[in-house]
Amino acid sequence: MRFSTLAVTAFALALGSAPALAENFPSRPVTMVVPFSAGGPTDTVARLVAQSMSQTLGQQVIVENVGGAGGTIGAGRVAKADPDGYTILLHHIGQATSATLYRKLAYDPKTDFAPIGLVTDVPMTIVAKKDFPAKDLKELVAYVKANPDKVTLANAGVGAASHLCGMLFMQALQTPLTTVPYKGTGPAMNDLVGGQVDLMCDQTTNTTGQIKGGAVKAYAVTTPTRVASLPDLPTTREAGLPGVEVAVWHGLYAPKGTPDAVVTKLNAALKVALKDATVKQRFAELGTEPVAEARATPKALGDFVGTEIDRWRPLIQAAGVYAD
Amino acid sequence: MDSVFSNLALGFSAAGTPTNLALCFIGALVGTLIGVLPGLGPIATIAILLPITFSLDPLGALIMLAGIYYGAQYGGSTTAILVNMPGETSSVVTTLDGHQMARQGRAGPALAIAALGSFFAGTVATFLVALFGPILASFAQNFGPPEYFALMLTGLIGAIVLASGSVLKAVAMVIVGLLLGCVGSDIETGEQRLTLGIAQIAEGINFTTLAVGLFGVAEILRNLEKTQDRTILGAKITGLMPTWADIKQSIMPVLRGTGIGSVLGILPGNGAVLAPYASYTLEKKISRTPQRFGKGAIEGVAGPESANNAGAQTSFIPLLTLGIPPNAVMAMMVGAMTIQGIVPGPAVMTENPTLFWGMIASMWIGNLMLVIINLPLVGVWVRLLKVPYRILFPAILMFCCIGVYSINSSGIEVMLVALFGAVGYFLVKHGFEPAPLLLAFVLGPLMEENLRRSFLIARGDPMIFVNRPLSAFLLLVAVGLLILVLLPAIRKRREEVFHEEE
Repeated sequence: MRFSTLAVTAFALALGSAPALAENFPSRPVTMVVPFSAGGPTDTVARLVAQSMSQTLGQQVIVENVGGAGGTIGAGRVAKADPDGYTILLHHIGQATSATLYRKLAYDPKTDFAPIGLVTDVPMTIVAKKDFPAKDLKELVAYVKANPDKVTLANAGVGAASHLCGMLFMQALQTPLTTVPYKGTGPAMNDLVGGQVDLMCDQTTNTTGQIKGGAVKAYAVTTPTRVASLPDLPTTREAGLPGVEVAVWHGLYAPKGTPDAVVTKLNAALKVALKDATVKQRFAELGTEPVAEARATPKALGDFVGTEIDRWRPLIQAAGVYAD
Repeated sequence: MDSVFSNLALGFSAAGTPTNLALCFIGALVGTLIGVLPGLGPIATIAILLPITFSLDPLGALIMLAGIYYGAQYGGSTTAILVNMPGETSSVVTTLDGHQMARQGRAGPALAIAALGSFFAGTVATFLVALFGPILASFAQNFGPPEYFALMLTGLIGAIVLASGSVLKAVAMVIVGLLLGCVGSDIETGEQRLTLGIAQIAEGINFTTLAVGLFGVAEILRNLEKTQDRTILGAKITGLMPTWADIKQSIMPVLRGTGIGSVLGILPGNGAVLAPYASYTLEKKISRTPQRFGKGAIEGVAGPESANNAGAQTSFIPLLTLGIPPNAVMAMMVGAMTIQGIVPGPAVMTENPTLFWGMIASMWIGNLMLVIINLPLVGVWVRLLKVPYRILFPAILMFCCIGVYSINSSGIEVMLVALFGAVGYFLVKHGFEPAPLLLAFVLGPLMEENLRRSFLIARGDPMIFVNRPLSAFLLLVAVGLLILVLLPAIRKRREEVFHEEE
């Protein structure tokens, strides 16, 4: 008796988990894996997008935080999930840098996913402690070059956006600085505000409040165009440091082998989310905006991941830092 | 001064609307109920409940989250007292005497004094936040890496005092704790240390995993040794509420704990983790009967619980005034604020005064709710201890597994709990106490980080620790504490030798 109950249950379960037909997609809630902890900037982006996508898809899109190992644990889980579109991944620039930062990655960030589309480019800002002597980016560059032994550069740990931008900054200046690593942006920002370290380059999500509150001095934003929330801040290009151009881009992925029809449905829902007024407004408050519609496509994201992997590989290898 | 009162009035009128009061109540209640599950501390609880606050208005959402935080924190102490299972760093100390009280049939007074002490501490700390928040925050900014290193070193030496047995064994536990704290990625190079290639511990062993295993599971194994099937209680329950004598014994520890917690909580570098430990160390050191500690001394519950709650309140200061989250819970609050469209930063206070003062007012309201919710619940919790152990222990284990699994949705964590449980059982059997190990485990990585950071900033010059007055002062305190700790140990050794000769 017991055995037959088990068998029936197993059969029912097997039926339930059989790949649902793409036409019916989604017939149950979709899990959006965020490979970082709840409450972080990537989590915020994911939850805003998920909320809107839930309405479009007619099924809940549940955000699940699978943190750890710089986002590779969560990404790895999605890479190995059933390719039915019910498990998707929202990851940032780390998807491309992990290809080099981790020498023993259990998946290939480029080939193990079916890209759905780019979501947003979060700009970064070059900031300094508030009594730092330089008054603009030109002076900053001159000061750093003149005093490479005095200036300290903070970052939020190996592979963090602030770490990547810092590497780019030092490369552009051809000046190696003492980098002071922290575990996360909070403590790094705290020491910058307290004047314990001199410089940092971090996402607008983390710096806008501090810049507006006058707790840190801002020099430039690292995107080709200025950001709406900080209109007075020049771009690195305008301020004469075009080499430092970087954004923390976010992309949405399904596992490799997900049917095209399902990817198309997910992409359509993503596009709706990126036009949603609430999403736009919240993004703006974070100092970012949804990507242009042409970039919110599977092809654009797929190509971009490849470009970015190639872009960061030599930089990371030159710096000789690895996360494993 | 006037402006503070008008601001507080603004805050209370914002937080005191029926909706917000209800949200605060629901938050504190849900937080308590979930936090009471072993293995689920405030971080896990808030992470689980975060999404339900998204549909609320910003102030309501933050009030509810703060309620969940206090509730979960208090719930964690309840589990620590009842089943010796700390859900988070701060309740480790509570297990030491709290659980012993429970075993003696005095779980009721332990829970009640924890609630009352916390309420008092919360009230004082709320007013501190309101009156001096911004000033304190800018003072705390003077704390750089060298100061944190010195502070953590002082805390580590204090860890030895936590043990009620042999000093040598306590030192051994501290060293094991430091080693366990080394597991994970090197902060500077990203190199993996002692991870055995397990990706799930690449960022270090989770505190909850270690604590639940070493304390909770080990405790269950030890209880199962007794062939007789009975309840946790060795003794009859003697009254639910503290007696007048209990209260008199607790007043001074509560006051001192409140002071210690308030000061440490302000430090944005997670200084609040030290608060309960510091309070316990102090109470044990100045007590005329230190031998009672670790065996059910009510001061050992009252002091640390007050320190813990005071620290929990004042740790909002760096978040509210600077927009910098000092710990994981506050980081989630930042997330909640951002999702609500408020960019945390120094400007929140001036741009959003209703939100700022509303939150401060809600802290006090939240603490009041906790007392209202928890005093009647004391009876319920105590009755839980009467459940036959053969039913209780599988339930506890199951909730442990759920709680630990929910941290990262990973099965490895659950297996690690089993491993640490076995280790913890071995330690207990051989007279090693896990509390110093856990404190060293928490402080070790913080010390290492700040030590290396100090050297980076000073370009390798060790004088940075002595040249900065605050850091030099803290190092002096550390040396003084070391002497205090070692002297009685040396004396005791002599006494023991003397004893054996007799």
